[in-house]
Amino acid sequence: MRELLDGAEAITRGARAAGCNFFAGYPITPATPLLLRMLRDLPNLGGIGIQGEDEIASIGMCIGAAMTGAKAMTATSGPGISLYSENIGMAIMGEVPLVIVAVQRLGPATGGATTVAQGDVQFLRWCTSGGFPIIALCPSSIAECYSLTQHAFNLAEKFRTPVFIATDKEMMSAQQSVDTNTFEHIARVERALAPNHGEFVSYYTRKLADIPAFSPIGGAHLTRFTTSMHDETGMLTKKPSNVNRTSRHLYQKIVTHRDELEFVTRDMQDGATTLIVSYGITARSMWQAARDARSTGKRVSTLTIQSLWLTPEKSLCDAMRGVSRVIVPELNFGQYRLEIERVAYALDPRPDVIGVNRVDGELIEPEEITALIRE
Amino acid sequence: MSEDSMIPGISTYRFPDRPYPFCPGCGHTLTLEHLNTALVKLQLDPHKVVLVTDIGCVGMSDQYFDVNAFHGLHGRAVTYATGIKLVNPDLRVIVLMGDGGIGIGGHHLLNAARRNIGITVLVFNNLIFGMTGGQHSVTTPHGATTSSTRFGNLERPLDICKTVAVNGASFVYRGAAFDKDLPDHIADAIETPGFALLDIWELCTAHYVPNNDFSKGALLQTIQNLGLASGILQRLDAPELARAYHEQFANNQLPITQPQSIEIKFDSALTKTTRIVLAGAAGGKVKSTASALALGGMYAGLWATQRDDYPVTVMTGYSVSEVILSREEILFMGIAKPDILAVLTPEGLAQVPRQLRAMDESQTVYVVPELTERIETRARKIAFDFSRAHPTKKSLALMATAAIVRHANLFPLDALREAISTGQSTDIAQENLKVVAASEFIL
Repeated sequence: MRELLDGAEAITRGARAAGCNFFAGYPITPATPLLLRMLRDLPNLGGIGIQGEDEIASIGMCIGAAMTGAKAMTATSGPGISLYSENIGMAIMGEVPLVIVAVQRLGPATGGATTVAQGDVQFLRWCTSGGFPIIALCPSSIAECYSLTQHAFNLAEKFRTPVFIATDKEMMSAQQSVDTNTFEHIARVERALAPNHGEFVSYYTRKLADIPAFSPIGGAHLTRFTTSMHDETGMLTKKPSNVNRTSRHLYQKIVTHRDELEFVTRDMQDGATTLIVSYGITARSMWQAARDARSTGKRVSTLTIQSLWLTPEKSLCDAMRGVSRVIVPELNFGQYRLEIERVAYALDPRPDVIGVNRVDGELIEPEEITALIRE
Repeated sequence: MSEDSMIPGISTYRFPDRPYPFCPGCGHTLTLEHLNTALVKLQLDPHKVVLVTDIGCVGMSDQYFDVNAFHGLHGRAVTYATGIKLVNPDLRVIVLMGDGGIGIGGHHLLNAARRNIGITVLVFNNLIFGMTGGQHSVTTPHGATTSSTRFGNLERPLDICKTVAVNGASFVYRGAAFDKDLPDHIADAIETPGFALLDIWELCTAHYVPNNDFSKGALLQTIQNLGLASGILQRLDAPELARAYHEQFANNQLPITQPQSIEIKFDSALTKTTRIVLAGAAGGKVKSTASALALGGMYAGLWATQRDDYPVTVMTGYSVSEVILSREEILFMGIAKPDILAVLTPEGLAQVPRQLRAMDESQTVYVVPELTERIETRARKIAFDFSRAHPTKKSLALMATAAIVRHANLFPLDALREAISTGQSTDIAQENLKVVAASEFIL
């Protein structure tokens, strides 16, 4: 079916398809369309949508709801992520499944509210204290807004952790003609529930990287949730062996599964010595640049990254092997280029990594990229 | 009889082998024992009880009770409690927080009272930060000595009860941890359907007592000196938010918005990708016109994108929309060099000088007559003729766009009419179809 859709609508539909039944948010440009659509749709589906008194309350309500069994989502922009920060840490510590849509706008602080940017990429990675892993997916098309939202819920449920959908003003609000028949429907992954009978220990895992079974507040078992460093029963602890186990569990439960977390699209051309790597709205500049370059006989490969965090190291290594230069267009001062350089460092010979960067609120023109493609 | 009261015989909700961790003489121990007595009195199913604790000494409290426990961030306990209650209105959600939590999270408290969410907040109010070393809090009395007010507190204390009462709390109580009847009041609060708060004054024997020569008598005297009322201060019967929410939507179902399927009904003669910019003013229906243009292109079998640019203001300033129509899938949505630029208002003109400079002779600027002289470009300039049709501020963008569709032969005008008829409500569509009809007189 052909439709004219924006990313906000596709993310809303993706959330519905994933079984989202709780949304709390606070109005902020350019994330507001998601608040409005989720508040419009959820009550009709038996879910709950509420506008919090601020960002902190909104994510707090989501966390309370998620631990009572809901599939929760919230959406905000950079200033709101600042306010979410402490609660994101709590969601990591307490093992809360939660989807957070981060709709980037330009600049620090209030910045440019209606202006596109990708300046929060590293901010999302290191958005809270402690230095623990975070998962962030990044759609470059309307179809991916739909599919990656479903993946985000699945990963949040499976790993009991907050998952970002990192997007931007243009992906959220620009409309595109799409064929929704080609949209990918992802099988739902539900939270692993504790059996109704037998002993339940809130944070028990047999192996370090396992995910604790879940029992909702008000369900069959008494549950214990905590934002503090805890033992497997959810009781506060300072005992080094307990602290070590919990810390390593929170790290390992994500990192051990890093192969499952790599989402990329490869468009490789035989004999190409230039690779372009990009993500989100800027991937579209890259795609156009590759189309234009190839139409003039130049050879070039592209790698579109949908899973910004964890860094898809394996896919990046594979794609960079044998190329002499890697072009990384992004709407910031080169934040993700740092990751590409880090991964490229392990390669021999090591390709040159070149950034194409804009921070003026305009999209990167395909010509700015094609100018750097040599052969 | 409620369902909760049908599970008999619970003699304590405490873990029997786990003594409280508080300082000798700390009010927290007393208040928690009163809470336990209240729970025993109510005989609630422990599975239906959630203790949501804040940060500070009181934040440890949930670990001593054999009920559901949720220990959250400083000041935010009320937000978690709200989320829990919204999802499961049958739960008894009891928040345990200190005066420190009231200070950092006061905003949430105001809003919980205003919403009348059915949670019970016990404020363990010992007038000071205990855990972090005796700093003053929002309830520290004027003149009190604390580690952060060495020469006496210059600030005045917050009246927690009045604050939540004036904002609509269903149940408000002030008392002290020594009050023998406190368990009854806590039980009363838990049984209240709406938002309930108990401001329970306590002694902090580690910090407030030694620094202020404080005692039980002095505490009660301080309440009096500050002119604070005690006892049950408010009892209102207002709808509780979680149940009100579920009832509202049980009775009012909106249909889920159905997607609008675009069937190809027309042909377009367009051969090359065409980038169109509409530069107008906010309130001039630029965005909805651009949507009709994109949809019209789709009805004629084209791929389309629409990007909008606007300032943070709403009904003033510029509104610029960009539409790309193409025979192939559109990858890049930016337009540095438009094929067609419609200059509709001075606000719009001010936004497009770079595009005007970039355009060449193969491209066209369509412009309202009064701005013709202000356009500097190599592109072909065509002025609209408003001598036979007179667009209003609200119809200008659509009339101009319809004229351009015909003049530039983008696609059949019927495709634009189809987009308007299917994409807009009947009344608006009727008006807009008249505007489209009038467009033949302006180019």
